[in-house]
Amino acid sequence: MSIQSSIAVVDYGAGNLPNVVRALRSVGGDLTVTADPDVVRRARAVVFPGVGATRDTMDSLHRLGLVEALREVADDGRPVLGICVGMQVLLETSEEFGPHECLGILGGAVRALPAEQKVPQIGWNQLELNEAGRAHPLFRGIENGSDVYFVHSYYCDLADARLIAATTDYTIHFPSALVRENLTAVQFHPEKSGRCGLHLLGNFVHWTQTCT
Amino acid sequence: MLKRRIIPCLDVKNGRVVKGVAFLNHRDAGDPVELAAAYDAAGADELVFYDITASSDDRAIMIDVVERTAAQVFIPLTVGGGIRSSEDMYRMLRAGADKISVNTAAVLNPQIIEDGAKRFGSQCIVLSIDARRRQEDAARSPQASALAPEARWDVFTHTGANARATGLDAIAWARRGVELGAGEIVINSMDADGTKAGFDLALLRAVSAAVSVPVIASGGAGSLEHMRAGLIEGHADAVLAASIFHFGEYSVRDVKQYLAEHGVPVRLG
Repeated sequence: MSIQSSIAVVDYGAGNLPNVVRALRSVGGDLTVTADPDVVRRARAVVFPGVGATRDTMDSLHRLGLVEALREVADDGRPVLGICVGMQVLLETSEEFGPHECLGILGGAVRALPAEQKVPQIGWNQLELNEAGRAHPLFRGIENGSDVYFVHSYYCDLADARLIAATTDYTIHFPSALVRENLTAVQFHPEKSGRCGLHLLGNFVHWTQTCT
Repeated sequence: MLKRRIIPCLDVKNGRVVKGVAFLNHRDAGDPVELAAAYDAAGADELVFYDITASSDDRAIMIDVVERTAAQVFIPLTVGGGIRSSEDMYRMLRAGADKISVNTAAVLNPQIIEDGAKRFGSQCIVLSIDARRRQEDAARSPQASALAPEARWDVFTHTGANARATGLDAIAWARRGVELGAGEIVINSMDADGTKAGFDLALLRAVSAAVSVPVIASGGAGSLEHMRAGLIEGHADAVLAASIFHFGEYSVRDVKQYLAEHGVPVRLG
Protein backbone atom coordinates (compact mmCIF):
# COMPACT_ATOMS: atom_id res chain seq x y z
CA MET A 1 0.00 0.00 0.00
CA SER A 2 1.61 3.25 -1.09
CA ILE A 3 1.62 6.16 1.29
CA GLN A 4 0.24 9.41 -0.09
CA SER A 5 2.10 12.65 0.40
CA SER A 6 -0.85 14.61 1.74
CA ILE A 7 -2.47 14.92 5.17
CA ALA A 8 -5.89 13.28 5.39
CA VAL A 9 -8.46 15.43 7.19
CA VAL A 10 -11.19 13.04 8.27
CA ASP A 11 -14.58 14.31 7.08
CA TYR A 12 -17.27 12.56 9.10
CA GLY A 13 -19.50 15.64 9.31
CA ALA A 14 -17.78 17.54 12.14
CA GLY A 15 -18.99 21.14 12.32
CA ASN A 16 -15.50 22.60 12.49
CA LEU A 17 -14.13 20.71 9.48
CA PRO A 18 -14.23 23.67 7.04
CA ASN A 19 -12.36 25.92 9.48
CA VAL A 20 -9.78 23.23 10.32
CA VAL A 21 -9.18 22.84 6.58
CA ARG A 22 -8.88 26.62 6.07
CA ALA A 23 -6.41 26.95 8.95
CA LEU A 24 -4.24 24.00 7.83
CA ARG A 25 -4.17 25.32 4.26
CA SER A 26 -3.16 28.77 5.49
CA VAL A 27 -0.02 27.23 7.05
CA GLY A 28 0.85 25.31 3.90
CA GLY A 29 -0.81 21.97 4.56
CA ASP A 30 -1.27 19.71 1.53
CA LEU A 31 -4.62 18.16 2.39
CA THR A 32 -6.99 15.47 1.28
CA VAL A 33 -10.41 15.90 2.87
CA THR A 34 -11.91 12.44 2.99
CA ALA A 35 -14.41 10.06 4.56
CA ASP A 36 -12.86 7.05 2.79
CA PRO A 37 -11.20 4.64 5.27
CA ASP A 38 -8.71 3.50 2.62
CA VAL A 39 -7.61 7.06 1.88
CA VAL A 40 -7.14 7.57 5.64
CA ARG A 41 -5.08 4.35 5.79
CA ARG A 42 -2.80 5.53 2.96
CA ALA A 43 -2.31 9.09 4.23
CA ARG A 44 1.06 10.37 5.40
CA ALA A 45 -0.64 11.91 8.42
CA VAL A 46 -4.16 12.29 9.75
CA VAL A 47 -6.05 15.21 11.27
CA PHE A 48 -9.19 14.20 13.08
CA PRO A 49 -11.34 17.27 13.83
CA GLY A 50 -14.37 17.34 16.04
CA VAL A 51 -16.96 19.44 17.75
CA GLY A 52 -20.19 18.42 19.45
CA ALA A 53 -20.93 15.12 21.17
CA THR A 54 -18.89 11.90 21.42
CA ARG A 55 -21.95 9.72 20.82
CA ASP A 56 -22.86 11.40 17.50
CA THR A 57 -19.22 11.28 16.49
CA MET A 58 -18.92 7.55 17.20
CA ASP A 59 -22.19 6.89 15.33
CA SER A 60 -20.80 8.72 12.29
CA LEU A 61 -17.46 6.89 12.46
CA HIS A 62 -19.23 3.51 12.61
CA ARG A 63 -21.57 4.43 9.75
CA LEU A 64 -18.64 5.48 7.55
CA GLY A 65 -16.52 2.45 8.46
CA LEU A 66 -13.78 4.70 9.88
CA VAL A 67 -13.38 3.08 13.31
CA GLU A 68 -10.85 0.43 12.28
CA ALA A 69 -8.95 2.78 9.98
CA LEU A 70 -8.47 5.30 12.80
CA ARG A 71 -7.33 2.59 15.22
CA GLU A 72 -4.80 1.39 12.65
CA VAL A 73 -3.28 4.77 11.84
CA ALA A 74 -3.12 5.73 15.52
CA ASP A 75 -1.11 2.62 16.30
CA ASP A 76 1.26 2.49 13.31
CA GLY A 77 3.36 5.54 14.04
CA ARG A 78 2.09 8.07 11.52
CA PRO A 79 1.44 11.60 12.84
CA VAL A 80 -2.14 11.96 13.99
CA LEU A 81 -3.74 15.09 15.45
CA GLY A 82 -7.13 14.82 17.16
CA ILE A 83 -8.98 18.05 17.90
CA CYS A 84 -11.57 18.51 20.68
CA VAL A 85 -14.05 15.65 20.27
CA GLY A 86 -11.40 14.13 17.98
CA MET A 87 -9.27 13.87 21.16
CA GLN A 88 -12.07 12.63 23.39
CA VAL A 89 -13.16 9.68 21.24
CA LEU A 90 -9.61 8.25 21.38
CA LEU A 91 -10.48 7.08 24.89
CA GLU A 92 -12.35 3.90 25.90
CA THR A 93 -15.67 5.31 27.08
CA SER A 94 -17.65 8.52 27.42
CA GLU A 95 -20.35 9.41 29.91
CA GLU A 96 -21.88 12.10 27.67
CA PHE A 97 -25.64 11.45 27.13
CA GLY A 98 -25.31 8.04 28.81
CA PRO A 99 -22.20 5.81 28.94
CA HIS A 100 -21.00 4.47 25.60
CA GLU A 101 -17.88 3.07 23.99
CA CYS A 102 -15.41 5.19 22.05
CA LEU A 103 -12.39 4.17 19.94
CA GLY A 104 -10.46 2.71 22.87
CA ILE A 105 -7.07 3.67 21.42
CA LEU A 106 -6.09 5.14 24.80
CA GLY A 107 -7.15 4.10 28.30
CA GLY A 108 -9.53 6.37 30.16
CA ALA A 109 -12.97 7.92 30.14
CA VAL A 110 -14.54 11.15 28.88
CA ARG A 111 -16.12 12.89 31.87
CA ALA A 112 -18.21 16.02 32.49
CA LEU A 113 -16.40 19.15 33.67
CA PRO A 114 -17.32 19.92 37.29
CA ALA A 115 -20.25 22.35 37.50
CA GLU A 116 -18.52 24.76 39.91
CA GLN A 117 -17.79 27.10 36.99
CA LYS A 118 -19.78 27.84 33.83
CA VAL A 119 -20.22 24.80 31.60
CA PRO A 120 -19.45 24.70 28.70
CA GLN A 121 -16.05 26.28 29.18
CA ILE A 122 -15.99 28.83 26.36
CA GLY A 123 -13.03 31.06 25.75
CA TRP A 124 -9.27 31.47 26.02
CA ASN A 125 -7.42 29.55 28.70
CA GLN A 126 -3.81 28.71 29.35
CA LEU A 127 -1.75 25.73 28.24
CA GLU A 128 0.49 24.49 31.02
CA LEU A 129 2.99 22.43 29.07
CA ASN A 130 4.89 19.71 30.91
CA GLU A 131 8.21 18.20 29.94
CA ALA A 132 6.63 15.71 27.51
CA GLY A 133 4.78 18.55 25.80
CA ARG A 134 7.77 20.87 25.56
CA ALA A 135 9.86 18.06 24.05
CA HIS A 136 7.34 17.26 21.31
CA PRO A 137 7.61 18.80 17.80
CA LEU A 138 3.91 19.77 17.93
CA PHE A 139 4.65 22.37 20.63
CA ARG A 140 7.97 23.66 19.31
CA GLY A 141 8.17 27.42 19.83
CA ILE A 142 4.93 27.57 21.78
CA GLU A 143 5.39 29.41 25.03
CA ASN A 144 4.31 27.83 28.25
CA GLY A 145 1.17 29.62 29.46
CA SER A 146 -0.06 30.51 25.96
CA ASP A 147 -3.79 31.17 25.70
CA VAL A 148 -5.78 28.95 23.36
CA TYR A 149 -9.50 28.74 22.59
CA PHE A 150 -11.69 26.13 24.29
CA VAL A 151 -15.31 25.13 23.79
CA HIS A 152 -16.23 21.98 25.72
CA SER A 153 -18.33 20.49 28.48
CA TYR A 154 -16.36 17.23 28.80
CA TYR A 155 -12.72 16.35 29.28
CA CYS A 156 -10.38 13.35 28.94
CA ASP A 157 -9.70 11.51 32.18
CA LEU A 158 -6.65 9.57 30.96
CA ALA A 159 -5.75 6.25 32.60
CA ASP A 160 -2.05 6.87 31.95
CA ALA A 161 -1.05 10.32 33.19
CA ARG A 162 2.29 9.99 31.36
CA LEU A 163 0.44 10.73 28.10
CA ILE A 164 -0.46 14.23 29.26
CA ALA A 165 1.46 16.94 27.37
CA ALA A 166 -0.36 19.95 28.79
CA THR A 167 -3.00 20.68 31.37
CA THR A 168 -5.40 23.59 31.77
CA ASP A 169 -7.05 24.90 34.92
CA TYR A 170 -10.84 25.04 34.94
CA THR A 171 -11.97 24.05 38.44
CA ILE A 172 -9.76 20.99 37.84
CA HIS A 173 -6.49 20.65 35.95
CA PHE A 174 -7.68 18.65 32.95
CA PRO A 175 -5.47 17.34 30.09
CA SER A 176 -5.62 19.94 27.32
CA ALA A 177 -3.10 18.07 25.13
CA LEU A 178 -1.76 14.53 24.98
CA VAL A 179 1.07 12.86 23.11
CA ARG A 180 1.92 9.21 22.65
CA GLU A 181 4.83 9.30 20.23
CA ASN A 182 3.17 10.15 16.90
CA LEU A 183 -0.36 10.23 18.25
CA THR A 184 -1.25 13.74 19.43
CA ALA A 185 -4.49 15.36 20.44
CA VAL A 186 -5.69 18.67 21.84
CA GLN A 187 -8.87 19.60 23.71
CA PHE A 188 -8.77 23.20 22.43
CA HIS A 189 -9.39 24.46 18.90
CA PRO A 190 -6.08 25.39 17.23
CA GLU A 191 -8.04 26.49 14.15
CA LYS A 192 -9.61 29.21 16.33
CA SER A 193 -6.67 30.04 18.58
CA GLY A 194 -5.24 32.88 16.54
CA ARG A 195 -1.50 33.02 15.96
CA CYS A 196 -0.71 30.41 18.62
CA GLY A 197 -3.12 27.93 17.04
CA LEU A 198 -1.72 28.51 13.55
CA HIS A 199 1.78 28.05 14.93
CA LEU A 200 0.78 24.65 16.34
CA LEU A 201 -0.86 23.60 13.06
CA GLY A 202 2.22 24.79 11.20
CA ASN A 203 4.33 22.62 13.52
CA PHE A 204 2.12 19.65 12.70
CA VAL A 205 2.44 20.22 8.94
CA HIS A 206 6.20 20.63 9.24
CA TRP A 207 6.49 17.54 11.42
CA THR A 208 4.58 15.41 8.89
CA GLN A 209 7.03 16.53 6.22
CA THR A 210 10.10 15.64 8.26
CA CYS A 211 9.15 12.29 9.73
CA THR A 212 9.36 9.25 7.50
CA MET B 1 -7.35 30.59 34.25
CA LEU B 2 -10.18 31.27 31.80
CA LYS B 3 -9.93 34.79 30.39
CA ARG B 4 -12.74 37.31 30.13
CA ARG B 5 -13.39 38.05 26.47
CA ILE B 6 -13.55 41.31 24.52
CA ILE B 7 -15.71 40.94 21.43
CA PRO B 8 -16.03 43.71 18.82
CA CYS B 9 -19.32 43.65 16.92
CA LEU B 10 -19.59 44.88 13.34
CA ASP B 11 -22.93 45.85 11.79
CA VAL B 12 -22.82 44.80 8.14
CA LYS B 13 -25.25 46.05 5.50
CA ASN B 14 -25.03 44.85 1.91
CA GLY B 15 -21.50 43.63 2.55
CA ARG B 16 -20.26 46.90 4.06
CA VAL B 17 -19.60 47.84 7.67
CA VAL B 18 -21.99 50.48 8.93
CA LYS B 19 -20.47 53.10 11.25
CA GLY B 20 -16.98 51.77 10.64
CA VAL B 21 -14.14 54.16 11.24
CA ALA B 22 -10.73 53.79 9.71
CA PHE B 23 -7.98 51.98 11.53
CA LEU B 24 -4.61 53.48 10.83
CA ASN B 25 -2.93 51.90 7.84
CA HIS B 26 -6.05 50.23 6.59
CA ARG B 27 -7.28 51.25 3.22
CA ASP B 28 -10.95 50.51 3.54
CA ALA B 29 -12.87 51.22 6.73
CA GLY B 30 -16.03 49.77 5.25
CA ASP B 31 -14.66 46.36 4.38
CA PRO B 32 -15.70 43.84 7.05
CA VAL B 33 -12.90 41.45 6.11
CA GLU B 34 -10.21 44.10 6.59
CA LEU B 35 -11.76 45.32 9.83
CA ALA B 36 -11.99 41.76 11.13
CA ALA B 37 -8.32 41.21 10.38
CA ALA B 38 -7.44 44.50 12.10
CA TYR B 39 -9.42 43.58 15.22
CA ASP B 40 -7.77 40.16 15.28
CA ALA B 41 -4.34 41.80 15.08
CA ALA B 42 -5.35 44.20 17.88
CA GLY B 43 -6.13 41.31 20.22
CA ALA B 44 -9.90 40.81 19.89
CA ASP B 45 -10.91 37.48 21.41
CA GLU B 46 -13.80 36.86 19.03
CA LEU B 47 -15.76 38.78 16.42
CA VAL B 48 -19.44 39.26 15.71
CA PHE B 49 -20.92 40.19 12.34
CA TYR B 50 -24.46 41.42 12.61
CA ASP B 51 -26.20 41.44 9.24
CA ILE B 52 -28.62 44.34 9.03
CA THR B 53 -29.28 43.86 5.34
CA ALA B 54 -32.97 44.55 4.83
CA SER B 55 -33.62 42.22 1.92
CA SER B 56 -33.07 38.49 2.14
CA ASP B 57 -32.06 38.59 -1.54
CA ASP B 58 -28.79 40.13 -0.43
CA ARG B 59 -28.01 37.35 2.05
CA ALA B 60 -25.56 35.80 -0.42
CA ILE B 61 -23.34 38.86 0.08
CA MET B 62 -23.06 38.06 3.80
CA ILE B 63 -22.12 34.45 3.04
CA ASP B 64 -19.33 35.73 0.81
CA VAL B 65 -18.15 38.13 3.56
CA VAL B 66 -18.07 35.28 6.10
CA GLU B 67 -16.16 33.01 3.69
CA ARG B 68 -13.53 35.65 2.96
CA THR B 69 -13.15 36.46 6.67
CA ALA B 70 -12.82 32.81 7.71
CA ALA B 71 -10.06 32.33 5.15
CA GLN B 72 -7.82 34.81 6.94
CA VAL B 73 -9.04 35.38 10.50
CA PHE B 74 -8.57 32.44 12.85
CA ILE B 75 -10.49 33.48 15.94
CA PRO B 76 -14.13 32.60 16.63
CA LEU B 77 -16.69 34.34 14.44
CA THR B 78 -20.37 34.70 15.33
CA VAL B 79 -22.91 35.72 12.70
CA GLY B 80 -26.35 37.12 13.52
CA GLY B 81 -29.20 38.88 11.79
CA GLY B 82 -31.70 37.40 9.38
CA ILE B 83 -31.25 33.80 10.56
CA ARG B 84 -34.69 32.15 10.55
CA SER B 85 -34.07 28.42 10.25
CA SER B 86 -31.45 25.76 10.89
CA GLU B 87 -30.86 25.78 7.11
CA ASP B 88 -29.88 29.47 7.35
CA MET B 89 -27.55 28.48 10.21
CA TYR B 90 -26.05 25.67 8.16
CA ARG B 91 -25.18 28.00 5.28
CA MET B 92 -23.39 30.44 7.61
CA LEU B 93 -21.54 27.64 9.44
CA ARG B 94 -20.38 26.09 6.16
CA ALA B 95 -19.21 29.54 5.07
CA GLY B 96 -16.97 29.66 8.15
CA ALA B 97 -19.00 31.03 11.06
CA ASP B 98 -18.39 29.27 14.37
CA LYS B 99 -21.56 30.39 16.10
CA ILE B 100 -24.95 31.71 15.10
CA SER B 101 -26.74 34.40 17.07
CA VAL B 102 -30.54 34.49 17.11
CA ASN B 103 -32.77 37.15 18.63
CA THR B 104 -36.19 38.06 17.19
CA ALA B 105 -36.42 34.79 15.25
CA ALA B 106 -36.06 32.85 18.52
CA VAL B 107 -38.77 34.89 20.26
CA LEU B 108 -41.15 34.25 17.35
CA ASN B 109 -40.14 30.59 17.08
CA PRO B 110 -38.20 29.21 20.09
CA GLN B 111 -37.92 25.88 18.26
CA ILE B 112 -35.12 27.39 16.16
CA ILE B 113 -32.84 27.25 19.23
CA GLU B 114 -33.55 23.57 19.77
CA ASP B 115 -33.26 22.74 16.06
CA GLY B 116 -29.89 24.48 15.83
CA ALA B 117 -28.54 22.99 19.05
CA LYS B 118 -29.58 19.46 18.07
CA ARG B 119 -28.12 19.78 14.61
CA PHE B 120 -24.89 21.69 15.30
CA GLY B 121 -24.40 21.53 19.08
CA SER B 122 -25.18 24.07 21.80
CA GLN B 123 -21.76 25.67 21.39
CA CYS B 124 -22.98 27.02 18.03
CA ILE B 125 -26.12 28.72 19.30
CA VAL B 126 -26.03 32.16 20.92
CA LEU B 127 -29.30 33.63 22.18
CA SER B 128 -29.26 37.41 22.05
CA ILE B 129 -31.83 39.21 24.21
CA ASP B 130 -32.91 42.87 24.04
CA ALA B 131 -34.25 43.77 27.48
CA ARG B 132 -35.83 46.88 28.94
CA ARG B 133 -36.69 47.66 32.55
CA ARG B 134 -40.37 47.46 33.45
CA GLN B 135 -42.17 50.80 33.52
CA GLU B 136 -42.34 51.01 37.32
CA ASP B 137 -38.54 50.64 37.49
CA ALA B 138 -37.77 52.90 34.57
CA ALA B 139 -37.83 56.13 36.57
CA ARG B 140 -34.59 55.01 38.16
CA SER B 141 -31.56 54.83 35.95
CA PRO B 142 -29.98 51.40 35.51
CA GLN B 143 -26.92 52.55 37.39
CA ALA B 144 -28.79 54.09 40.34
CA SER B 145 -30.90 50.99 40.84
CA ALA B 146 -28.13 48.51 40.23
CA LEU B 147 -28.78 46.84 43.54
CA ALA B 148 -32.58 46.78 43.30
CA PRO B 149 -33.40 43.12 43.87
CA GLU B 150 -37.00 43.50 42.71
CA ALA B 151 -36.08 44.79 39.25
CA ARG B 152 -37.71 43.08 36.26
CA TRP B 153 -36.93 43.34 32.57
CA ASP B 154 -39.14 42.77 29.54
CA VAL B 155 -37.90 41.20 26.33
CA PHE B 156 -38.36 43.27 23.19
CA THR B 157 -38.00 42.37 19.56
CA HIS B 158 -36.29 44.93 17.35
CA THR B 159 -34.77 48.05 18.85
CA GLY B 160 -35.18 51.81 18.36
CA ALA B 161 -38.52 53.10 17.10
CA ASN B 162 -39.66 49.62 16.02
CA ALA B 163 -39.17 48.07 19.47
CA ARG B 164 -42.01 45.76 20.42
CA ALA B 165 -42.69 44.23 23.82
CA THR B 166 -43.05 40.46 23.74
CA GLY B 167 -44.57 39.92 27.19
CA LEU B 168 -41.59 37.72 28.09
CA ASP B 169 -39.58 38.24 31.25
CA ALA B 170 -35.90 38.55 30.30
CA ILE B 171 -34.58 36.31 33.07
CA ALA B 172 -37.17 33.61 32.37
CA TRP B 173 -36.45 33.82 28.63
CA ALA B 174 -32.70 33.46 29.19
CA ARG B 175 -33.36 30.38 31.31
CA ARG B 176 -35.74 28.95 28.70
CA GLY B 177 -33.22 29.61 25.93
CA VAL B 178 -30.56 27.61 27.76
CA GLU B 179 -33.03 24.76 28.36
CA LEU B 180 -33.71 24.73 24.62
CA GLY B 181 -29.99 24.48 23.93
CA ALA B 182 -28.44 27.96 23.71
CA GLY B 183 -24.75 27.76 24.63
CA GLU B 184 -24.29 31.46 25.40
CA ILE B 185 -26.51 34.43 26.21
CA VAL B 186 -25.92 37.98 24.94
CA ILE B 187 -27.85 40.44 27.08
CA ASN B 188 -28.39 43.91 25.68
CA SER B 189 -29.88 46.58 27.94
CA MET B 190 -32.08 48.84 25.84
CA ASP B 191 -32.09 51.39 28.67
CA ALA B 192 -28.31 51.59 28.78
CA ASP B 193 -27.66 51.13 25.06
CA GLY B 194 -26.32 54.33 23.54
CA THR B 195 -26.10 56.17 26.87
CA LYS B 196 -22.39 55.45 27.40
CA ALA B 197 -23.28 55.47 31.11
CA GLY B 198 -22.33 51.86 31.73
CA PHE B 199 -23.96 48.44 31.57
CA ASP B 200 -27.14 47.61 33.51
CA LEU B 201 -25.23 45.68 36.14
CA ALA B 202 -28.30 44.36 37.95
CA LEU B 203 -29.58 42.88 34.70
CA LEU B 204 -26.24 41.24 33.98
CA ARG B 205 -26.03 39.79 37.48
CA ALA B 206 -29.58 38.50 37.36
CA VAL B 207 -29.04 36.72 34.04
CA SER B 208 -25.66 35.34 35.08
CA ALA B 209 -27.17 33.91 38.27
CA ALA B 210 -30.08 32.38 36.33
CA VAL B 211 -28.15 30.40 33.71
CA SER B 212 -25.24 27.94 33.71
CA VAL B 213 -23.76 29.11 30.39
CA PRO B 214 -21.54 32.14 29.67
CA VAL B 215 -23.19 35.58 29.61
CA ILE B 216 -22.03 38.35 27.29
CA ALA B 217 -22.74 41.98 28.23
CA SER B 218 -23.89 44.40 25.56
CA GLY B 219 -25.15 47.97 25.51
CA GLY B 220 -24.02 50.96 27.52
CA ALA B 221 -20.25 50.81 27.81
CA GLY B 222 -18.66 54.21 27.33
CA SER B 223 -15.44 53.84 29.27
CA LEU B 224 -12.79 51.35 30.24
CA GLU B 225 -14.15 51.33 33.78
CA HIS B 226 -17.59 50.34 32.45
CA MET B 227 -16.01 47.30 30.81
CA ARG B 228 -14.37 46.31 34.09
CA ALA B 229 -17.59 46.80 36.05
CA GLY B 230 -19.59 44.67 33.58
CA LEU B 231 -17.13 41.81 33.93
CA ILE B 232 -16.59 42.01 37.68
CA GLU B 233 -19.68 43.58 39.28
CA GLY B 234 -21.94 42.33 36.48
CA HIS B 235 -20.42 38.83 36.54
CA ALA B 236 -20.31 38.81 32.72
CA ASP B 237 -17.96 36.40 30.98
CA ALA B 238 -17.43 38.68 28.01
CA VAL B 239 -18.28 42.14 26.73
CA LEU B 240 -19.59 42.90 23.27
CA ALA B 241 -18.92 46.39 22.03
CA ALA B 242 -19.34 48.29 18.83
CA SER B 243 -19.05 52.05 18.84
CA ILE B 244 -16.43 52.29 21.57
CA PHE B 245 -13.99 50.56 19.19
CA HIS B 246 -15.22 51.75 15.81
CA PHE B 247 -14.92 55.41 16.65
CA GLY B 248 -11.39 54.90 17.81
CA GLU B 249 -12.00 56.12 21.36
CA TYR B 250 -10.29 53.03 22.70
CA SER B 251 -8.55 50.13 21.05
CA VAL B 252 -9.05 46.51 22.09
CA ARG B 253 -5.53 46.71 23.46
CA ASP B 254 -6.40 49.74 25.64
CA VAL B 255 -9.32 47.84 27.12
CA LYS B 256 -7.26 44.76 27.85
CA GLN B 257 -4.41 46.75 29.33
CA TYR B 258 -6.82 48.52 31.67
CA LEU B 259 -8.53 45.28 32.66
CA ALA B 260 -5.21 43.54 33.31
CA GLU B 261 -4.09 46.46 35.51
CA HIS B 262 -7.31 46.10 37.49
CA GLY B 263 -6.94 42.39 38.11
CA VAL B 264 -9.30 41.09 35.41
CA PRO B 265 -7.88 38.03 33.61
CA VAL B 266 -7.55 38.83 29.89
CA ARG B 267 -5.56 37.43 26.99
CA LEU B 268 -2.64 39.72 26.16
CA GLY B 269 -0.17 39.48 23.31
